[in-house]
Amino acid sequence: MLITCPYCGPRDVSEFAYQGDGNRTRPDPASTDGDAWHAYVYERLNPAGPHNEIWQHAGGCRAHLAVIRDTVTHEVSSVRFARDHGAPAHVRRKSGAKA
Amino acid sequence: MVEQLSPLGQAFRPGSHGNFANGVGVTLSEIAPGSIVQAAAWPGSEKKMMAAIASVTGLKLADGAGAGAISERHAAFGFAPGKFLVTDVFEGLAAALAGQVGPAIGTATDLSHGRTAIRIEGPKAEWVLGKLFAVDFEQTAFPIGSGISTVHHDIFAQIQRSGADRFDLYVFRSFARSFWKMLCHAADEVGYEVI
Ligand SMILES: [Zn+2]
Repeated sequence: MLITCPYCGPRDVSEFAYQGDGNRTRPDPASTDGDAWHAYVYERLNPAGPHNEIWQHAGGCRAHLAVIRDTVTHEVSSVRFARDHGAPAHVRRKSGAKA
Repeated sequence: MVEQLSPLGQAFRPGSHGNFANGVGVTLSEIAPGSIVQAAAWPGSEKKMMAAIASVTGLKLADGAGAGAISERHAAFGFAPGKFLVTDVFEGLAAALAGQVGPAIGTATDLSHGRTAIRIEGPKAEWVLGKLFAVDFEQTAFPIGSGISTVHHDIFAQIQRSGADRFDLYVFRSFARSFWKMLCHAADEVGYEVI
């Protein structure tokens, strides 16, 4: 599997570290909303298909990347700097929503 | 300044090694620049950092990922967004850069004793590096002066192409001897000379 880093170009997946589901929205640290924290910590969409993910190019430029990876084919259809964009908005869904 | 010992130690064995029946495929050396500095710009200050690097080293970096330049005395290249590795044959580069880079632009971190610079040069340099890194070393993809960040397993490496068949590799000092040994093994079948 190759991930095309916006800075470094196409690199082997072994250079990258998975940083988790890109769909999550972290509640305000002061929040006492148990449901919101439960959704953030535990609920995942687990789709068979395109999935928003955060990866870090740990063995390269070390940038955090917002990636869309197909969980069935491993096709990577979008890679962007997370700091510029966050998780891609056009496919962002509420954590825990029905697929 | 305290005299700096090479971390390569006894693993650095000058002379010809390996299968050099068909000539020496690569030459390996430690280039030991006096200064190795990481210059990191805050987002939005990249141009000012590049101007500071130019004013100190005379090297003008083009825009774009990994762009770099080399001279007799200096080398510089981008290895990450807003981050550059800059070297000087002489000591004192970190102070010179820090003098040009205020806290509003970014930081200049002296890595002179934290990195080891290894040079591989020769007709088989691309081929040997291709065994170690999953990166395209062809000159069309990796032009002279440009640089990259990559890893060999857990050994982080920053690599600059400093000539048509010459690459300078910057690795963590504590991994340098292990990396050097591996590079020697990789070069063994094409014959290598250590100078
Ligand atoms: Zn990268």
